[in-house]
Amino acid sequence: MVKFEILKHELVPQFEILKKEEIEALRHTYGIKKEDLPWIRRSDPVCKEIGAKPGDVLKITRKSPVAEQSVGYRYCVPG
Amino acid sequence: MSLSDIAKAMKAIKFGLLSPEDIRKMSVVNIITADTYDEDGVPIEAGLMDRRLGTIEPGQKCQTCGNRVGQCPGHFGHIEMARPVIHPGFAKTVYLMLRATCWNCGKLLLAKEEYEKYTLMMERYKRRWPQLRFKLADRITKKANKTSECPYCGQEQYKIKFEKPTTYYEEHKEGNVKLAANEIRSRLERLTDQDAALMGLDPLLARPEWMVLTVLPVPPSAARPSITLESGVRSEDDLTHKLVDIIRINERLKENIDAGAPQLIIEDLWELLQYHITTYFDNETSGIPPARHRSGRPLRTIAQRLKGKEGRFRSNLSGKRVDFSARTVISPDPIISINEVGIPFDIAKLLTIPERINKYNLEQMKILIQNGPDDHPGANYIIRPDGRRIDLRFPKDRKTIADSVEVGYEVERHLKNGDVVLFNRQPSLHRMSIMAHRVRVLPYKTFRLNLCVCPPYNADFDGDEMNLHVPQSEEARAEALVLMLVQEQILSPRYGGPIMGGIQDYISGGYMLTRKETQVTREEASQLLTSSGFDGDLPEPAITEPEELWTGKQLASLFFPKDFNYTLKSNICLKCPTCKKEECEHDAYVVIKNGQLISGVIDKKAIGAGQPESILHRLIKDYGTDMGRFYIDKAFKLFLSFIDTRGLTIGLDDEELPQQAKDKVSVVVGEAEDKTAKLISIYNQGLLERLPGRTLEETLETKIMQELEEAREKAGEIAGSNLKDGNTALLMARTGARGSLMNLAHMVACVGQQSVRGERVIRGYQGRTLPHFKQGDLGARAHGFVYSSYKDKLNPIEFFFHAMGGREGLVDTAVRTSQSGYMQRRLINALQDVRVEYDGTVRGTDGSILQFKYGDDGVDPAKSDHGKAVNIDKIIERVISAGGK
Repeated sequence: MVKFEILKHELVPQFEILKKEEIEALRHTYGIKKEDLPWIRRSDPVCKEIGAKPGDVLKITRKSPVAEQSVGYRYCVPG
Repeated sequence: MSLSDIAKAMKAIKFGLLSPEDIRKMSVVNIITADTYDEDGVPIEAGLMDRRLGTIEPGQKCQTCGNRVGQCPGHFGHIEMARPVIHPGFAKTVYLMLRATCWNCGKLLLAKEEYEKYTLMMERYKRRWPQLRFKLADRITKKANKTSECPYCGQEQYKIKFEKPTTYYEEHKEGNVKLAANEIRSRLERLTDQDAALMGLDPLLARPEWMVLTVLPVPPSAARPSITLESGVRSEDDLTHKLVDIIRINERLKENIDAGAPQLIIEDLWELLQYHITTYFDNETSGIPPARHRSGRPLRTIAQRLKGKEGRFRSNLSGKRVDFSARTVISPDPIISINEVGIPFDIAKLLTIPERINKYNLEQMKILIQNGPDDHPGANYIIRPDGRRIDLRFPKDRKTIADSVEVGYEVERHLKNGDVVLFNRQPSLHRMSIMAHRVRVLPYKTFRLNLCVCPPYNADFDGDEMNLHVPQSEEARAEALVLMLVQEQILSPRYGGPIMGGIQDYISGGYMLTRKETQVTREEASQLLTSSGFDGDLPEPAITEPEELWTGKQLASLFFPKDFNYTLKSNICLKCPTCKKEECEHDAYVVIKNGQLISGVIDKKAIGAGQPESILHRLIKDYGTDMGRFYIDKAFKLFLSFIDTRGLTIGLDDEELPQQAKDKVSVVVGEAEDKTAKLISIYNQGLLERLPGRTLEETLETKIMQELEEAREKAGEIAGSNLKDGNTALLMARTGARGSLMNLAHMVACVGQQSVRGERVIRGYQGRTLPHFKQGDLGARAHGFVYSSYKDKLNPIEFFFHAMGGREGLVDTAVRTSQSGYMQRRLINALQDVRVEYDGTVRGTDGSILQFKYGDDGVDPAKSDHGKAVNIDKIIERVISAGGK
């Protein structure tokens, strides 16, 4: 069976692993610890697909019906 | 309170288990007697009401701490169990731990390398993701359970069966062997601290074997007070009863063990003890019968005391009773402002506001003190600077008291006009359920409120009661005034639009005033404007010959700001394919230019409650909430005065259709009947074509339903177009004041299909709904189609079907309210601590981010245009209309 490319699915938003400096900048803008971000599990299909490891921060860019485009962040945790 | 006043600051709370030593240490008496009092009413030593457990009688000194009733906190006792007993609250945890450990050597059933791996992992989790450690513990426990042979002692592992609430079996080849509590306890004792930690326990606070009770704490007598009835009969608390049971069985068990009784008897008693312990903690445990009082009433034990709506949490800890509040029936008052609430004198004299005397209000306060508690603008108490309260009810000569007060005294004065109070109607579902009003003291015994605030409170006057609270501090009043005042709440965050506004008569009145033919004389105009509180000049009359006449539109325009421009389609708009705009022959296109109503009528779309993009909405958004209050208070009164002068009434002849219209209705209904019959015959011939996803029968049903629905709609249209012009029911339906065209059609033309569970009526007898029909009759009449109109009369069969449909509606509303109430409760509990921070993020109490921008766009729906941040169409319209200048 051909593997289904979930990242190409219309309903799956765009994911991106942040670099260290980017994480620092993000922590600074919101004044938070990484743990204060919403969490995403490492076993999440997207995490497996893009190879996110616990401790990584993902940036999600998605279409929004009210704001056209919205950006969110997830903190990858084990499990 | 400053930080130094705090005796001890709390940093964290940890929950753990009481160890047997802990229980014995905190206990002041080992209780061994099942009795409470002897014949003389003296507490029995080492009994359940032992004096050392704390004082309950006033005047007595506690034998343990020496304090009297109010001071003595009560002291625990304990019961030594003859045999260990499972704590029912931890039965599940005990089961999981038994499964994950070796019965022989007590080790966690994980191979060495795996054990080390998980130990390391647990360490790391505790450091980085402490919240996730229980998930890991679950995983470890589950994994250990899978091992069938102990990797350390090599013993084969038996499967363990757990039978709720507190029984465990080991599955041997020869059959199931019951595990006794003492065996379970000794197995748990063998667990090492490290193993327990891997399974999610903190062994310092909660050793696994503490989940099996060997000592039972006995709560202080203050926690289970006995009550003495007038007859002198003592009645004990349910908990005491249960403890009596426990001690009695425990003592019997002890005696039997000491006497060397047969194993069988001991086991029976042991099981009974387990039952009593289980019900002592929770008397609603599934799988066992609840322990009952002699009268048959189930006992209220520990879990029942805490749980549910009447439990300690919801009733005593979350539920607060307050002073300075009042509750009475509400009634309408269209004269007072929406910001006001009418308060009866009787209540105003009971509720007080503390006011400090200064040199400016000294004289005024003296008058209030002289008036005393019984005359209205008076006072009930004086508080001296030293904190002493002077009750003004008793002194004969209040004059001398009034003269003796000085600056710095405080007076608890009666509520008076202009004071700020909070007004509330349950259920408090949204923030507009509690709003700040200004007091208006009025005669009679009810709270009075302006009709326009009925929608946010969801109030009517069929006996509704409302609550009132009086803020006591300056800060509270200021906050209420700025945030909670009614006019600040007109725009609802539920949808971008005003939740308050015209209802019923306001709307019919607005329409009647502003429709084309309305003209009033100078006398009438003056009368109307005076009663609505207008204080400007009359405009130039629209007609001067033969007499001066003003149009209704002119009068309605007087309350608009001079630079107000707006257009909208009113409720009476027929939604023609091409809108003729200003030339609309129904006057449904509303145009306001420079504060003048040029065309169109004012109806629900313009001033209705809960109508976004209405005139009212625009006024508030462009001119502020003061304008909103002004418009609702003044202009709305004009509409009411007008409807008062003209009158609006409905009678039987309003439901009369001309004969030819009646004929038309019966033709339409007859046609539908024919079509139904045709459908049925097609179906009987087997020629009906199946709709996708439906059976043949369902197809037939849908088609018949469609046909009949269409018939009722057509009948309604005929009714709507054939009623006389001045028909008030039609007026109300068209303007949106009350009722719909469907209601009208029901009354004059045809009630139509009755439904039960979204289908035609099918229930009743075999193959038919009532014995009046042939079996298998699929016709309209046999399945709940009501041909008659309400006015014509329903025949008994139709009436019965109508009652069936009506009953379902009632049941549905009853079920829905309870369900949505519970849903709302859960939603509120889940969201109560969430808030929007100044940076636009939505965060929990610990600062964790839930949304990066509130609602993705950061828009406050209350300040939006129907949910959108900006309404571009309206802006363009305004720019174009202003471009002329």
